[in-house]
Amino acid sequence: MQEIGEIFDVTRLGSYTQFTVVAPGVARSFQPGQFVAVTVGGPETSMLLRRSFALYGVKPGTQFAGTIQFVVAAHGRGTEWLVRQPVGTKLDLVGPLGVPFPIPREPVPAVLVGGGYGSAPLLPLAERLLELGSDLTMILGAASADRLFGQLAAKRLIGSVTVTTDDGSAGQRGRVTDPLPSAIEQLGAQIVYACGPMPMLAAVGEVAQAHAIPAQVAVEESMACGIGVCMTCVLPVRGDDGVSRFVRSCVEGPVFDAGRVRWADVGRLPADLFGADGMGH
Amino acid sequence: MVDMRTSLGSLALPNPVLTASGCAAAGRELGQFLDVSALGAVVTKSIMQRPRSGRPTPRMAETPSGMLNSIGLQGPGIDAFLATDLPWLRQQGARTVVSIAGGSTDEYVALAKRLYNHPVDLIEVNISCPNVESRGQVFACDPLAASRVISAVRRAAHPNTPVFAKLSPDVTDIGQIARAVTDAGADGISLINTLLGMVIDTETLRPALGGETGGLSGPAIRPVAVRCVWQVHRAVPHLPLLGMGGILTGKDALQFLLAGASAVSVGTAVFHDPTAPVRILAELESELSRCGFASVADAVGFAHRSPAERDRLRGSIDVEGISA
Repeated sequence: MQEIGEIFDVTRLGSYTQFTVVAPGVARSFQPGQFVAVTVGGPETSMLLRRSFALYGVKPGTQFAGTIQFVVAAHGRGTEWLVRQPVGTKLDLVGPLGVPFPIPREPVPAVLVGGGYGSAPLLPLAERLLELGSDLTMILGAASADRLFGQLAAKRLIGSVTVTTDDGSAGQRGRVTDPLPSAIEQLGAQIVYACGPMPMLAAVGEVAQAHAIPAQVAVEESMACGIGVCMTCVLPVRGDDGVSRFVRSCVEGPVFDAGRVRWADVGRLPADLFGADGMGH
Repeated sequence: MVDMRTSLGSLALPNPVLTASGCAAAGRELGQFLDVSALGAVVTKSIMQRPRSGRPTPRMAETPSGMLNSIGLQGPGIDAFLATDLPWLRQQGARTVVSIAGGSTDEYVALAKRLYNHPVDLIEVNISCPNVESRGQVFACDPLAASRVISAVRRAAHPNTPVFAKLSPDVTDIGQIARAVTDAGADGISLINTLLGMVIDTETLRPALGGETGGLSGPAIRPVAVRCVWQVHRAVPHLPLLGMGGILTGKDALQFLLAGASAVSVGTAVFHDPTAPVRILAELESELSRCGFASVADAVGFAHRSPAERDRLRGSIDVEGISA
């Protein structure tokens, strides 16, 4: 749905800015893994495309008090505008959008892996899995300590959180995939959930596959519309029928089975992709 | 109350605000945000004969007041379109403009024939495609190739279905192309398609888009679009025009009517605001009312009128006061 939300709180967290926004309509039907698409630049903006952010900290509340949270890393004109907005600013929101993380019917031991602010959608997922009675561990990684996100919230939720940074400025030096095999083995994990940059998701998928368990991953792909119309956010994904297609990460994702995404072909047009032979020349 | 009815050739529409091809898929996604039957019509993404994967990513780059896209006409092909998308649009009560695209005159003709027995309200022929039989030259940039496609589609399509040629602004003389497709039997003209553009990524030092070049759309191209509508209305004054290019508000839409368009398509604005077409329709109605127009028809091409004609048409309305 489309809704005008109002910024209720702005908090700086390392390199990130966390927004708490009053948006009862978006909050009401939220499922972990879904995102919100936000306009940037104000009413006379020259930036037409919405920016999409994974949702967490959603408090459905009562009829009047539903809030959502999302975290922003300023890396372009649009996000730089957004992080300058004070409490009280009205934001035009469309959400919740996208396919949520699949939740097992029974408690299942699971490892959650977040890269950078990709850990944001894993927080509500962890809550949901804990409610089911699942055993969880979480691995959070980033380039450096200031780019970690959700460490404290994750610790409060599940106690055991492993942290990795590329430069060793927090936790152990290395990548999230370094501690992942032993985390899977120690917990007897039957599924891995992850969100973060594409190369990380590909690597997490490989580790899960080596342990013969599925990995459900949420991609961070740039989108123009977020609602399935523009066809800009496509990824090559193998379908149930074994045929690979360009699918929209906004409406058919952002959560995918990592084993179905052809990571090595992202940004390419593989010859066996459905419709590739229709491209001519 | 302004009479919002308009027509595109023989097709009567309850109002003049349509979606734009490629910015509404086949209507279903937008259906969550607005009633597609409340629009003048839904214009589908260009349909081709065979399924198409489209181009590799990145397919989009935001630009000042616009965007570049390089989708490459990703789509399921005509068979899947007829099996699922067209029945859905019909079920919603939406008037449907089917955009068709091809790499050869034969492909356009085959598409028009496939649509013959289906409930299609208008065919918009997207001729901004490379002609595989002419070393990839874009049909819309060559008056001869453009008129060949249009006359062939006009002959192949159901005689009661209006055929509109969609023109590219990337030509030296758009009036010349307009006259060529008019002589070839076009029942109307849609304009403008995107302008060819490029963004170079200053980090990778390469073109930002996977397809290197892309189509520029959004308010950045609006003045070009208004100019093209103006020139084409001059070139073929009796032909109905469907105008588009960066329409974000009712005021923007009004410019297109005044320049000579009988209806408008709302495209890139949908990415910014999925309810844009219905908002723009409401805004356009109050703009027409503010200007003293009793109907859409009265506003079409009004900017071309001489002062004497304006006085006669507007009757008691104080034009000076309005424009101030």
